Amino acid sequence: MNRTTPSDTSMARQPDLRSLATSAPPLLVVERLEVRLPIRGELKRVLHDVNLTIRAGETLGLVGESGSGKSMTARAIDRLLPPGATVKGAISYAGQEVASLDTHGLRRYRAEVGMIFQDPRVHINPVRRIGDFMAEAVVSSGQMSRRQAKIRSLELLDAVHIDRGPQRLRQYPHELSGGMLQRVMIATALLPQPRLILADVPTTALDVTTQAEVMTILDQLRRELGVAMLFITHDLALAAAVCDRTAVMYAGQIVECASSAHLDDDPLHPYTAALQRARPRIDSTARRLEAIAGQSVSAFDAPADQCAFAPRCRHASDRCCAESPEVTTIDGVEVRCLLAEELHRGHPASELGSVGS
Amino acid sequence: MIDQPSAGAIKPVLMVRGLRKEFGSSVAVDDVSFDVQSGHSLAIVGESGSGKTTVARMIVGLERPTAGSVVACDRERSRPPRSTIERRRRGREIQIVFQDPYSSLDPRQTIESAIDEIVRFHGDRSTGEAARRARVRELLGLVGLDDRQAAALPRALSGGQRQRAAIARALAAEPRILILDESVAALDVSIQAQILNLLMDIRDATGVSYLLISHDLAVVRQLSDEIVVMQRGRIIERGPTATVLDTPHHSYTQLLRASVPGKGWQPSRAAMRPTPATSPVAPNVKATEGTT
Amino acid sequence: MSQVIINGSLANSGSASFGRLRRWLASVGVLGTISAVIIGTMVIVAVIGALIAPHDPTKANVGDSWDGPRGGHLLGFDANGRDLLSRLLVGTRSAMLGPLAVVGLSVIAGVVVAIVSAWRGGRVDALLGGITDMVFAFPGILIAILAATVTGAGIGSAVIALSIAYTPYIARTVRSAALGERGRAYIAALEVQGLSGWMICRRHLLPNVTPLIVAQATVLFGYAMVDLAAISYIGLGVQPPHPDWGAMINENQGGIVQQHPTPVVIVGLVLVAVVVAFNVLGHRLSRRSGISK
Repeated sequence: MNRTTPSDTSMARQPDLRSLATSAPPLLVVERLEVRLPIRGELKRVLHDVNLTIRAGETLGLVGESGSGKSMTARAIDRLLPPGATVKGAISYAGQEVASLDTHGLRRYRAEVGMIFQDPRVHINPVRRIGDFMAEAVVSSGQMSRRQAKIRSLELLDAVHIDRGPQRLRQYPHELSGGMLQRVMIATALLPQPRLILADVPTTALDVTTQAEVMTILDQLRRELGVAMLFITHDLALAAAVCDRTAVMYAGQIVECASSAHLDDDPLHPYTAALQRARPRIDSTARRLEAIAGQSVSAFDAPADQCAFAPRCRHASDRCCAESPEVTTIDGVEVRCLLAEELHRGHPASELGSVGS
Repeated sequence: MIDQPSAGAIKPVLMVRGLRKEFGSSVAVDDVSFDVQSGHSLAIVGESGSGKTTVARMIVGLERPTAGSVVACDRERSRPPRSTIERRRRGREIQIVFQDPYSSLDPRQTIESAIDEIVRFHGDRSTGEAARRARVRELLGLVGLDDRQAAALPRALSGGQRQRAAIARALAAEPRILILDESVAALDVSIQAQILNLLMDIRDATGVSYLLISHDLAVVRQLSDEIVVMQRGRIIERGPTATVLDTPHHSYTQLLRASVPGKGWQPSRAAMRPTPATSPVAPNVKATEGTT
Repeated sequence: MSQVIINGSLANSGSASFGRLRRWLASVGVLGTISAVIIGTMVIVAVIGALIAPHDPTKANVGDSWDGPRGGHLLGFDANGRDLLSRLLVGTRSAMLGPLAVVGLSVIAGVVVAIVSAWRGGRVDALLGGITDMVFAFPGILIAILAATVTGAGIGSAVIALSIAYTPYIARTVRSAALGERGRAYIAALEVQGLSGWMICRRHLLPNVTPLIVAQATVLFGYAMVDLAAISYIGLGVQPPHPDWGAMINENQGGIVQQHPTPVVIVGLVLVAVVVAFNVLGHRLSRRSGISK
């Protein structure tokens, strides 16, 4: 297979957005974010030195396994962490420090940064009608009148391909299917005309065709409205398919961040490469899957002062267990691995998996 | 993969004929028939509401079919068992591993004792304490759980470890058929690969047949020889897994296939359905085919 | 994970039970701990009350009626000139035993109804649910009065009447918990293994709803205590001259209008304290079992 350069593929795919995404000023900047949560009475670290930038109109994928901290990152950005959480580092939105926002500022900020939650049923009040749920935030903040909110809700329901809008607004959540509720969540998040959407979209709970539908809608809205998106998923292939850039998280840290095409073709971090190879393929049957030994860990369970992935990494050397890797940039890819340079030069990362046993 | 030796000559280990299930006035499963050959794996693919899980529940006897027959190891099992002996024998024919590793183990029972309970239940009275303990150890070893994990309560284990325990418990009865009802769907990618490898090893070691219930086509490709696609209670396409996934014929199968993200995937090509129920799906899918 | 290891290693050492007790007390909170202490004290008094009573609880001396505390008589005398403290201490046993019998019987009946309902479902569930709702409609006291008119007054008929009245309370809560448990995959897995419904219920379903049963029974114990005291108060329960808290309130209520409220207030306070203790502990326990779910 001949490798196209990463920028080529994405250029060909969406030229307008690509140029916009690289030239636009950063919309959201997260710097050295560290979050600790009270877990069983103890403050434990769940995020550690998270850095990311999202530009206007850009889609950034955030990929990780359970406990990697991907959902917590989104919650930290939207200031929705559970009580007792401590936050260090900086999150700035359009040049403003998010932590310093007062109640009014926070409300405005949340209108501009919409959140789509993982489980729609948990986040929709079961005894309120869909219409009331959708309008609640914009009406209570005075952004829209009840009438305006209703008109806009109908438009958005149409945009997310939900038919019979007026009737839907009067229905209760239990009358709608999971996929439909997910789309209601998307429409609700879009109601205040956000500039950034944090989408924690479940991909295991949704049927594949529903998932494709939801992705289409998000993709379309993003193109038409120019909304930036942080797309959170555990599915590397899905992120690679729909995002401009993808960041991979492990144990509360971003271990690799690159353009999606680059990440898909030539992962630099051993974890990204292993994750890619562990997944069964739809077009061929493997003799054996290249499973990653052990299990993914949260930041507080990971060994301290060393590479968190080292215990599961087939390339790990003594050095990996002795010092924490910092982020280095290789060919425009940010990677947090002590051996990245060496592995990248020594063997093209596409062969990473076949090294060792 | 498909040309397993001497498979055609043997009678199928599981035969399902004309299976139907009605819940009130709605039909969940309608005229479903298929065979599973000994040592082979059949996948039932479909989305929520397709009836695939109801089929599995009828086969293991958790749901009573409205019509049709289920024959496993030459014995009819579509009616409730009449005796304790029959119930126990059915347990040794077909076992099942569920999707949710968090609810599939008794929270008050250690892994070891959960497996021991089943070994004791299916074993003879003559089986000695030592033999039983050896068997439990063997099962735990087969799924890769160590002594510390064996002595632990489920809540102390990860999802993957619990799923291993559930597999060991299912294998304790030495079933001829193991139904995997979305058994790896809830697991992390890296753990999913471990469990899929484990399932392949177990099939090689024990000759057990799998009936795989899944909506994940990649998992289906990895683990099954044959595939049955269900939509709204009916089988709409069937055949060897590789053939069906590479060249799907039915428009719904094509839609499923096109919905799986991959290189150069654009979701809009897969699933744009203006009105969900009656959909002009085919034109879109044709377009996908044209470009690939 | 670490907790199990701690459990494992501590189980061998002597401090195991102490550690477990401390964790248990921490989980029910300060009020729960105080309640547990009150209940524990009452249990001890119920056992040894007759031994530590300073005087004969039935020996009356009309001359001592309503007399206040004096040498050897710490709480003074009741309406009939009997030692109040001795009557309270000796009466503790019937005050505790009655509710114990009520709770015991209604738990057995209620749990059987609940498990059968949850396990069989369908028509059996509907039938048992209908009967349960019907019994619900009758207050315990009313059933007790009915029973007394049929079989005569006495603690026995009162206990049976209250047991019937309380069964629906147990049945209803346990049924919904059992139903939730019934829907879990591990129960289905055991059914597929071929285990009988009886075996699965006894070994798995019942133990998993037990914390809830204990919590519910604790709350009901308090209610049963009040109801039995009320039944004795109206003269249909424990018969005189045997000491009983409810009967004692009846005997001494005349004191309220005769400027001697102390005896009835003391008995009332003890009764309220114990009932509240059972109530608080019961709710703490149910909250705790809710969290561990």
